[in-house]
Amino acid sequence: MQSAEKPGSVLKSDVIIYLCILAIAGLQIVLAYQKVELAQQLFRMLGLAIIQAGLAIMFFMHLRAEKRNLLLFLAIGTIFVLGMMNMIWSDSFRLLHMRPFPS
Amino acid sequence: MSEADLTMGTHVPGALEQSPFAIPSKKLVMWLFIASDAITFAALLFAYGFLRNATPDWPRPFNFSPSIINVMLMTFVLISSSLTMLIGVRMAQAGNKSGAFRWIFITAAAGILFALLHLREWLGLIAEGVRLFQNPWGAGTFGAAFFSITGLHLTHVVGGVVAMVVVGLRYRRGRYNADDIEILGLYWHFVDMVWMFVVPLVYLLNVKQ
Repeated sequence: MQSAEKPGSVLKSDVIIYLCILAIAGLQIVLAYQKVELAQQLFRMLGLAIIQAGLAIMFFMHLRAEKRNLLLFLAIGTIFVLGMMNMIWSDSFRLLHMRPFPS
Repeated sequence: MSEADLTMGTHVPGALEQSPFAIPSKKLVMWLFIASDAITFAALLFAYGFLRNATPDWPRPFNFSPSIINVMLMTFVLISSSLTMLIGVRMAQAGNKSGAFRWIFITAAAGILFALLHLREWLGLIAEGVRLFQNPWGAGTFGAAFFSITGLHLTHVVGGVVAMVVVGLRYRRGRYNADDIEILGLYWHFVDMVWMFVVPLVYLLNVKQ
């Protein structure tokens, strides 16, 4: 499903989204050299990556122009599986703090 | 559709049911592939996160020059190729066949450039002594995690370039239409999207401070 906007204005909005994604990529590199805790850095990086991906999905892949049911169908299924994968994190902490011998 | 057709079980496309989500079936298949492939990449990134968190001596080998500069260049090329793909899709939808073909091949060229930059990055790390299960700095699993994630992504890029050449040529000959170009575009944007997660998690969290 395509939007009924004029071709010129559509291309303009594409370029704006492109520049936003590039700017976020630049910001990530700046943040990479800030001296903060790893967990906080991970949180910031992941947050910015999710914003970038959201912009790409909605505007480059035009998911915002499709039926809302498609968005819900894809998002709920994918996020549920990713949430389930999150279960392994506790094991990684357990390994770190209960190591029987120093490496 | 006649009653005889129904009795005989003859399938007449579109006569019995509407396309799910009001999109062509091939587009829906691409969306389902993208969702499943996103989960594959997520599994790899979760496994990498698990390893990194559970390993105290995880190496941080990426210097600003040449690694991060190379990654910045790769990111710029890949994100720009998404824009060129988008222009190609718009031209195909407007019926401009030669314009769409030209922009698809510009995108394919950007994909090849990305792959070459990626190989340069790999060769640099290999020259520094990084192997699948050993490296000069710390945890041996770094190489396995790094090469698995970036290797799978590189495979997707190479596959996308091949698909662009094949679909582009067939589109020019009239065998494929604008819908096929749009579906190809979905795949390419997905490859771009995966890179948006690989860069911060694999490269930027491991920069040498």
